[in-house]
Amino acid sequence: MTESDNIVAETAERIFADLADAQTINHSKDTSWKAPLWRALSEAGLPLSWVSEENDGSGASMADGFSVLNIAGRCGIAVPLAETMLAGWLLSQAGIASPADAMTVAPAHPRDHIKLNADGTLSGRARSVPFARDAKHIAVLAASANGFSIALVDTTQGRIAPGFNLANDASDTVSFDNVRPIAVKPAPQGFDETSLMLMGGVARSLQIAGSLESMLDISVRYANERVAFEKKIAKFQAIQHNLAKLAGEAAAALAAASSAADAVANSSAFDDAIFLEAAAAKIRCAEAAEKGAAIAHQVHGAIGFTSEHILHRYTLRALAWRDDFGNESHWAVELGKRVAARGADELWPLVASR
Amino acid sequence: MTAALRFDPIRLPPECEVLRQEVRTFLADEIAAGTFDPHKPQREDSDAPEFSRRVGERGWLGMTWPKKYGGHERSFLERYVVTEEMRVVNAPTRRFFVADRQSGPVLLKYAPEHIKMDILPRICRGEVCFAIGMSEPNSGSDLFAAKTKATKTDGGWLINGSKIWTTSAHIADYMIAIFRTSPPTKDNRRHGLTQFLVDMKTPGITVNPIKQITGQIEFNEVVFQDAFVPDDHALGEIDGAWKQATSELAYERSGPERFLETYYVLTELVRAVGSNPDTRSAEGIGRLVAQLHTMRRMSVSVAGMLQAGKEPVVEASIVKDIGTIWEQQLPHRVRELAAFIDVDPLNHATLDEQLAFATKLAPKLTIQGGTTEVLRGIIARGLGLR
Repeated sequence: MTESDNIVAETAERIFADLADAQTINHSKDTSWKAPLWRALSEAGLPLSWVSEENDGSGASMADGFSVLNIAGRCGIAVPLAETMLAGWLLSQAGIASPADAMTVAPAHPRDHIKLNADGTLSGRARSVPFARDAKHIAVLAASANGFSIALVDTTQGRIAPGFNLANDASDTVSFDNVRPIAVKPAPQGFDETSLMLMGGVARSLQIAGSLESMLDISVRYANERVAFEKKIAKFQAIQHNLAKLAGEAAAALAAASSAADAVANSSAFDDAIFLEAAAAKIRCAEAAEKGAAIAHQVHGAIGFTSEHILHRYTLRALAWRDDFGNESHWAVELGKRVAARGADELWPLVASR
Repeated sequence: MTAALRFDPIRLPPECEVLRQEVRTFLADEIAAGTFDPHKPQREDSDAPEFSRRVGERGWLGMTWPKKYGGHERSFLERYVVTEEMRVVNAPTRRFFVADRQSGPVLLKYAPEHIKMDILPRICRGEVCFAIGMSEPNSGSDLFAAKTKATKTDGGWLINGSKIWTTSAHIADYMIAIFRTSPPTKDNRRHGLTQFLVDMKTPGITVNPIKQITGQIEFNEVVFQDAFVPDDHALGEIDGAWKQATSELAYERSGPERFLETYYVLTELVRAVGSNPDTRSAEGIGRLVAQLHTMRRMSVSVAGMLQAGKEPVVEASIVKDIGTIWEQQLPHRVRELAAFIDVDPLNHATLDEQLAFATKLAPKLTIQGGTTEVLRGIIARGLGLR
């Protein structure tokens, strides 16, 4: 996935270039840059990419939406674009129309569960819900006696305990105390919490891959500018090899995330092959975030450790995104259990299934 | 962007899946017939000429080459499927693997027509084995320091010197090697080497096998004493071998053989832990499978981009860098994960035996065909650092 794969991606790139310049955002004393950026994204229909036109969205393809998330990661943006896209996608699964403005999804952690009570209200607690306090609505996946339902909730009906992720983006705990949703409908057959976690995981994987592409880009540029011991540090073999490793991590993340996105975009059900694609992407992208961020910081030296430098906008977000929708340990255990249950001789057929 | 990496998410087309089933059936039949044992990657008799011929008969050698040379004009993705299926069951591919992957394409590009018509169909039939003569006792990674000389004589060249670490030279029919035809120039130290096709039956060639730490004899020293190579066996430009080396590398570097060399220990680990693993084993297996899946998707992506006529040189080098380090570390990770398994003694014997072999084999994986250090240099150049 690179520049100009499609018009949607080009639009996203143009908006981020105009209104989300990392340097400008990093130097700004307040959050006044957020409103114009969100307005431009909304006018271009990007937050509701995955909502059909009859449900008031822009009806972009899954693939186009995924490429927007990769670009958003490359820009290290801190507005609820991925979250609103995921919420719109979730609501669409049940045929619920998406309202305008920012949304987020709950649960966002595999151990959290929301219950749909017999009286039609919701209860439960969802931790680490990204941008909950900035979202006007929350798309909720809830369990009831008859399977899963999808609900649209006014955020003010929930109780929010504010929190922050590693990059200081909002990551809140939302408690639903018998909250009555605006709308609630049954989820499609077979759609469950794992489906939502896998989809959220693919979104985060694409964002991590994008942030690694930017880490590589600015680290290579820095190495070609910075002089030490009377030459550009790019000329030192130790630096070259570290950056080659960073390129490898960025490449692995990009390949895993793009492959998972392509798999989800071209499949109707979350079967074993999709599970492998999505879980593997989240595991490998999280590993790449750890290794890649360490190298990017090492190459930059002390300047990259300052809040004044933009590097942390990418490194800390990549590290933070590891934790959303199931971290790598969670998915590794789940994937390992599935592989073991299938048996040794079924491992290769699974790996070679696409 | 300084470096726009590209990994298109390639989906294998339906014809690949049909082919995959054919290859699996063929290999299952070969295993049943006792041709090879998938649980014994260390077999001494991994040169299997009859197996090689049968693979040729199925049309799985020279798959992408023109039909007039015995090829089958199929896609790189189809070749990819055959290669990976053979690799995961430890099929004895030694006799044809180098010829099919590397030597054939070099001949296709640089050999005169009558040589192509002579040799390529025999490669496609699985009849000939190739070796590659690059390293010398005093030039390994520093390829352009090669000293073995080709001196012009009537109708050809006389070769003097030696090559070393030459895989399969002891069973090879031909070698494609680089020899020094001129000294390097002041401004280009890569100048002066020429690529040649050498018939291994040529008088004046001595092959001395070298035993490896695994106990296998796989590579050799090859000594040339006034060995005659005719003029029409020079491949490409005289003194210009350095211009010819790079374009083939993407094919060589990114295949499934670059991360599946020790795959069997992962299979045996999954077998040994059984269907209900503890959390530690499950997490370990999950991570390894995620890493394996990612590399395969990267590798398939490069194959797809090659098929589409692109030249993903940096991407291919990255696949080899990450892939070989992974397959090298795999036996060590599997050993850790197997530490607390209490299992069926039969399974455990297989796992122990394979782990021992893979652990001894591991060091070579990041050396052969371009060391990690050389690869990272190539990646760094691609990133604009050198």
